[in-house]
Amino acid sequence: MAIPGSRLDGRVALVTGAARGQGRAHAVRLAGLGADIVLVDVCAEIDSIPYAQAVPAQMAETVRLVEATGRNAIPIVADVRDAEAMAGAMATTLERLGRIDIVCANAGVIQLKAATSITAGDWADIIGINLTGVWNTIAPALAPMIAQDSGGSIVITSSAAGVKGPPNMAHYAASKSGLIGLMRSLSAELGPHRIRVNCIAPTTVDTDMVHWPEAYALFRPDLDAPSRDDVAGVFASLNVLPVPWIDAADVSDAVAWLASDDARYVTGIVLPVDAGTLVK
Amino acid sequence: MTGDVGGELQGRVALVTGAARGQGRSHALRLAAEGAAIIAIDVCGPVGDTPYPPATADDLRRTADLVRSSGGAIVADTVDVRDLAGLTAAVARAAGELGGLDIVVANAGIAGGAPITEMDAGTWQTMIDVDLTGVWNTVKASVPVMLAQTIDRQRSIVLISSANGGLKAPPNLSHYAAAKHGVIGLMRSLANELGPQGIRVNSVHPTAVDTGMIHNDFTYRLFRPDLEAPGRADVTQLFESFHSLPIPWIEPIDVSNAVAFLASDRSRMITGVTLPVDGGLSSR
Repeated sequence: MAIPGSRLDGRVALVTGAARGQGRAHAVRLAGLGADIVLVDVCAEIDSIPYAQAVPAQMAETVRLVEATGRNAIPIVADVRDAEAMAGAMATTLERLGRIDIVCANAGVIQLKAATSITAGDWADIIGINLTGVWNTIAPALAPMIAQDSGGSIVITSSAAGVKGPPNMAHYAASKSGLIGLMRSLSAELGPHRIRVNCIAPTTVDTDMVHWPEAYALFRPDLDAPSRDDVAGVFASLNVLPVPWIDAADVSDAVAWLASDDARYVTGIVLPVDAGTLVK
Repeated sequence: MTGDVGGELQGRVALVTGAARGQGRSHALRLAAEGAAIIAIDVCGPVGDTPYPPATADDLRRTADLVRSSGGAIVADTVDVRDLAGLTAAVARAAGELGGLDIVVANAGIAGGAPITEMDAGTWQTMIDVDLTGVWNTVKASVPVMLAQTIDRQRSIVLISSANGGLKAPPNLSHYAAAKHGVIGLMRSLANELGPQGIRVNSVHPTAVDTGMIHNDFTYRLFRPDLEAPGRADVTQLFESFHSLPIPWIEPIDVSNAVAFLASDRSRMITGVTLPVDGGLSSR
C-alpha cells in the first residue's frame, strides 16, 4: 500500500487549458510538487466566446513557469473538441514522458446569455468544449493508466454552476452538471484499477473568463460601463466568505490535494472551492 | 505519516475531541506534525451501551505522550462532550494556556446499530446526545474563544460526520443516520453564520475506518449474521463490496489528511462543504 503524501515526484500530469488562468496555476502547482507536465491549450480564438482566448505567448510563459520549478513542460496546441488531436496529445505524453498519472481536465469556456438567445451553435460550442472536450481529454488516458497498474488521479473542473443552476447560462450549467455524471460513472468503473476520478466545483475565479465588459454589464445593468470595482460587490454577495472571487491558486490547492496520495481513498466526489456559495 | 510534513499550522491551536485513540488520536498527531498545539479531549470511559470497549485515561495519556515525543505541545483533559459546562471550562482553560484557538475538530462519536423495533429510547437518546449535541456543544464551547482572538489567523472548524451515516443511510442505523445527517445541517448553518467573521466550517465523511469502532464482534455479527463467530477476515470482502476502490476500509491517517487539508490555508476558500473520504461509497 502506498504511503500517503502530498508529493508527486516521478509522476506525469496532463493539464488542459494550461496557457493561463486556472490551468496555468494547476500546472505550476503540480510541477512544484514534482510532476512533469504536458500543457494543452487551443491558443486560438473561438468565434462564439465573448472574451479573448489564450495566445501562444501565454503558453510559452506557462512553460517557463513549469520549467522554473525544475520539471519538464511539454506544450501541445490542441482543441479539446478534436478527439483525434487529444488522442495525439496523449500519445505524445507517453512517448516523451513515458507514463500518465494525473489528468487535469480544466479547459472550459463560458457565455452569459438568456436561454432564448442561445443558438444551436452556442449550445454546440459550450457542450463541445466543456463536456465532450473533457471526455476527449480523459478517454485516451484510461487504457494506458489501466495498463500501468499504478492507479491514477483524474481531476475534472466542474463548477458551482454545475451543482446549482444560475440563470443565463443554461448551456454552461448543463455542461458542468454533465461532468459530474461523467465523473461518478468513471469513478465507479475505474475504482477497481485504483484510478480515482473527482470533480472540483469552483465559485467565480479571478481570471479572464470573468472579467469582460458584457459580463460586467449583466451584473450591473444600472451602470453605463461598469468596472471591476463596480461588480465586486455583486459577486461578493454570492459568496459566504467576504470575497468577490477566489484566486486560481485556491483551486490549485484542491487539485493538488486530490491528485496526491493524501487523497488516495477519495473518489467520486464533488469538491466545492466556492467560498460557500453552494450553501448560501 | 506523510513524508513531507511542512509545519503549515505553526503557531495555531487545535482542539480535537475523542482524541484518546483511533481517528481522534491520528488527527491530533497529524495536526501537531504541522506545528499546531493540541487541546485533546476525551471522555475516557464508557458511553451508553456501545458494543466495543471504551477509551481509557491511559489511551489519552498515550496520545499526549506521542504528541510531546514528536516535539509538540498538548493539553489533555477528560471531558464528556455531552457536558457543555465542563467542555466550555476545559476549552477556555486550555486555550488560555496555549494562546488561543484556531482549529476545531469535532471528532468524538459513538457507533451502534439495531432495528427500530429493537432499539430503545435510551439508545436513541445517547446517540443523539453524543454524535449530534456533542458536536454542537464542541462548537458552542469553542466559537466564543475563536471570536475573542485578536490575532488575525485563519480559523477552521471541521465536523466529523460519516459517509454511511451522513450521506447514505443503511438499515438498522436510524439513530446514527439521524445524528450524522444532523451534523450536515449544523455545518451548513454555521458556515453561513460564521463565514462573514472569517471562520470556515466543513464536514468530513469517512467510510469504515480501521479502528475498534468497526473491528468488534458486534459489527462482525451485524454484517455476517449467517456465521456463528465471524471475524475480521469474514467481513473483509463484504466491506470491500461497498467501495469503488478495491479496499475494505481506510486508515485513520486518510481521514487525518482530509482534516489537515480543511484545517489549513490550502482550503482557505472552502466552506460549507461535505468532504467524503469514502473510496467511492457515497457516489455509486
